[in-house]
Amino acid sequence: MKRFIVKRLGFAVISLFLLSLTIFVFVRVTGDPAVLLVEPGASAADLAAIREQFGLDRPLWVQYGSFLAHLARGDLGQSFYYKTDVLELYLSRLPSSLLLAAVAMTFSLVIGIPTGVIAAVRVNGWWDSAGKVFALLGLSLPSFWVGLLMILFFSVYLGWLPSSGSGTVWHVLMPAFALGWYFAAAHMRLTRSSMLEVLGSEYVKLARLKGLPEALVIAKHALKNALIPVLTLAGINLVLMINVAVVVETVFAWPGIGRLLYEGIAFRDFPVVQAIVLLGGAMIVAVNLVVDVLYAVIDPRIRYER
Amino acid sequence: MKLLELRHLSTHYVSARGARVTRAVDDVSLTVGEGETLGIVGESGSGKTTLALSLLRLLPPAARIVSGEIWFEGEDLLTKSHREMRRVRGKRIAMILQDPLASLNPLFTVGDQVAEPLRVHEGASRGSAWARARELLRAVRIAAPETRVREYPHQLSGGMRQRIVGAIAISCGPRLLIADEPTTSLDLTIQAQYLQLLRDLQRDRGLSMIFITHNLGIVARMCDHVAVMYAGRLVEAGPVARIFSSAAHPYTQALLESIPRMADGRKRLTAIDGQPPDPVALPPGCAFHPRCPKVLDRCRKEAPPEVRVAASHTSRCWLAS
Ligand SMILES: Nc1ncnc2c1ncn2[C@@H]1O[C@H](COP(=O)(O)OP(=O)(O)OP(=O)(O)O)[C@@H](O)[C@H]1O
Ligand code: SF4
Ligand SMILES: [Mg+2]
Repeated sequence: MKRFIVKRLGFAVISLFLLSLTIFVFVRVTGDPAVLLVEPGASAADLAAIREQFGLDRPLWVQYGSFLAHLARGDLGQSFYYKTDVLELYLSRLPSSLLLAAVAMTFSLVIGIPTGVIAAVRVNGWWDSAGKVFALLGLSLPSFWVGLLMILFFSVYLGWLPSSGSGTVWHVLMPAFALGWYFAAAHMRLTRSSMLEVLGSEYVKLARLKGLPEALVIAKHALKNALIPVLTLAGINLVLMINVAVVVETVFAWPGIGRLLYEGIAFRDFPVVQAIVLLGGAMIVAVNLVVDVLYAVIDPRIRYER
Repeated sequence: MKLLELRHLSTHYVSARGARVTRAVDDVSLTVGEGETLGIVGESGSGKTTLALSLLRLLPPAARIVSGEIWFEGEDLLTKSHREMRRVRGKRIAMILQDPLASLNPLFTVGDQVAEPLRVHEGASRGSAWARARELLRAVRIAAPETRVREYPHQLSGGMRQRIVGAIAISCGPRLLIADEPTTSLDLTIQAQYLQLLRDLQRDRGLSMIFITHNLGIVARMCDHVAVMYAGRLVEAGPVARIFSSAAHPYTQALLESIPRMADGRKRLTAIDGQPPDPVALPPGCAFHPRCPKVLDRCRKEAPPEVRVAASHTSRCWLAS
């Protein structure tokens, strides 16, 4: 067990290292940040001064070495644009992202679980087909498109909901729905297949043999078991939601991490982009690690095979 | 009037687009009297479990009961509504599934699962249902029921779980108990204890029982009557003593001859030469003819009817008619 965890930790460190290298090179391909940081009509000397100020004049490998050295000390650097500590900036945006993710997760579960259960109980019936169409739409319609449609309908046409910004309960509804939409479809599909498996199990057969009402068989004996994998996935997805809301946050001008990332890319604010990608990667790697270890603890077959 | 009487029951499995039809139970008639034990024997795939699940109308979605009548305590179960059927299950007819270890829900305590039928069928309060659950565990010889009721299935041994499934089956005092014998059985002594327990419960409570097994040796010890199934059909049925002394059907005769070779009580009935038939494409005429040592010409063309060989002894073989 210890060996298993150490091995997985090793893999995690290697993947994060590769991610840091990739993102470091990638941001530098997007162009020169100095151009965006000076007044229009600035001289070549001004540009050079700015490059020197941020250490961008040094060879790439020296820059990367210094980036890693700072990283090792927990220092993610200073934002070129905001001129503040990147970590502080990140933490100031995190609560908005958490709120958005929590509401989006609630939407995705409230929609995904009941529809998945109905699709499984009425397998191959009308409800199941409707569910399949919904899952297909959910997984294939891009969230910006869903977001724009909602803005058109609820903000422009009906005038019920604010189209952008934050501050009230109303502000969070549309971005959360646009973000949760994709995940609702994913949760529905997993609930359906997990339910179908459980409904074919011997203990559900025994529950029916006991003469229990079908509603009790489904709600008590089947659903509780079927939810285990769904809630595991939801846990992973919550972390994903915090980190992949770039498009939705941009469409709705939601002040979260996704919008910070968008701004970072637009302004070529290298430290911000690097920090967000690395922290997001670390979160995703960590949650996968936890899930793997938990499964290994629960299931002895996984434990001994690896 | 017998407690249970099946008349010409047929249950088929139909594949998704109706392309393949498996006649898992084909024109089966049989009876079980009060307090009697009927053994059903047959190779794997002969339709024993399907027959049992048909009685309770709890078949997999692909299955259809296509014809027949199921008379139980004077009522035809096939004419009952779903609600009425629910009141039969667990209350008047109980069944122990073939895989008892997988039939307990991993997320609920033993007490909850044993008490559940009492609460649903008799409206018992939680307290009194749990008290009865403890008694039931004692009845199936589980030590320290007070602590066991609060445990989860994974905390118990296989033998204990098997007996708990037995306790659930007898909880509401059913008139008929169907026990589908585990094919992947536990250790032999545990298995013997379990069979002994079932027999004692049956005697003490005056239950009627249908006991499904691969093993004729067990039939000899447990049952009053035996019905032999082959490819969905009942090929021979009668009192145990009579069948063991003068079986009329060549398949039953072959089964009886293979008993000494199953001395350890574990081998399956496939000790007979030849392959079991493909259930989707059964041979024409008598389904047993490709393996039958006494095959006649007409066996290949015409299926033999069920004939009465002696009082309550029937056989489906041209030799008997
Ligand atoms: N869900 C199903 N869908 C389609 N065919 C099935 C299904 N269940 C069983 N069958 C088929 O019906 C036939 C009878 O199966 P059944 O399970 O009743 O046999 P059995 O006598 O209980 O066998 P065993 O001794 O192995 O338990 C077999 O040919 C089997 O392939
Ligand atoms: S009918 Fe013919 S083939 Fe079938 S068991 Fe009798 S003798 Fe054998
Ligand atoms: Mg079976």
